Amino acid sequence: MQILVALLSGILFGAGLAISGMANPAKVLNFFDIAGTWDPSLALVMAGALAVTLVGYRLVLRRAAPIFAGKFHVPSARHIDMRLVGGAAVFGLGWGLSGFCPGPAIASLTTLSMQPVIFIIAMLAGMLVAKLPVLPKIFQPGGSRGTAS
Amino acid sequence: MATEFTPVASLLGGLLIGLAAVVLMIGNGRIAGVSGILASALAARPDGNVAWRWAFIVGIFAGAALAAAAGVYDPDSVRFPATGFLAAAAGLLVGIGTSVGGGCTSGHGVCGMARLSRRSLAATGVFMLVAFAVVFITRHIM
Repeated sequence: MQILVALLSGILFGAGLAISGMANPAKVLNFFDIAGTWDPSLALVMAGALAVTLVGYRLVLRRAAPIFAGKFHVPSARHIDMRLVGGAAVFGLGWGLSGFCPGPAIASLTTLSMQPVIFIIAMLAGMLVAKLPVLPKIFQPGGSRGTAS
Repeated sequence: MATEFTPVASLLGGLLIGLAAVVLMIGNGRIAGVSGILASALAARPDGNVAWRWAFIVGIFAGAALAAAAGVYDPDSVRFPATGFLAAAAGLLVGIGTSVGGGCTSGHGVCGMARLSRRSLAATGVFMLVAFAVVFITRHIM
């Protein structure tokens, strides 16, 4: 059942990305271009998503457990450290350069263009690189590690 | 390249994304964070719980394909401002950044913010500000 739930959730997610226009990196980048070809659409996507999750999570997390699993897997870390801030900054750099973030990149594979394929392969490589002990010490795991996704 | 402001479609799409996150939480007790789910699917976590993660990822593609089939999304309208080497460099940065920072737009931006997590609020503020700065620099200064 967990697999079916995840598939349904993924389908809703992908349809939402596609309908909202977020599968289009040009549209995403235009959100960040207030001084130029500004397109505020992304703000409405966030507002719509948060309106549902803010209420939905509150109701769901009142339960003792999810329907098809033993417990809720919700990050418990609270500490804001250099890993969090540095990682977010590096992500923002890649996002701002391309308009791609992970979910929309997968949704934009439906264009059959090579660009999301290139992006995703490099992103997966980056995820593997991040596991290697090659990053500056301040970004190494240890201490608080709250994976919010 | 200009894109049209689409308030209704974007709000509706956002509602669907939120619904997706709530479904994954009530069903599986999981955060709908795409970067974390991808990284864990790839790493084949010791908990053996990889199948639902791949189902979610396949679902994202299928959902977008269904939206295209239903005529509410046109893949031909999609444009890629970054191609080739730049797309690869951005991918590497996004992969490293989301792994180190523990989340992306979905995990921190939607799910974490909805839980009013201080970490996610901070991360979302940082990656949004950096993206604004990068676009301003690349489009208006460079």
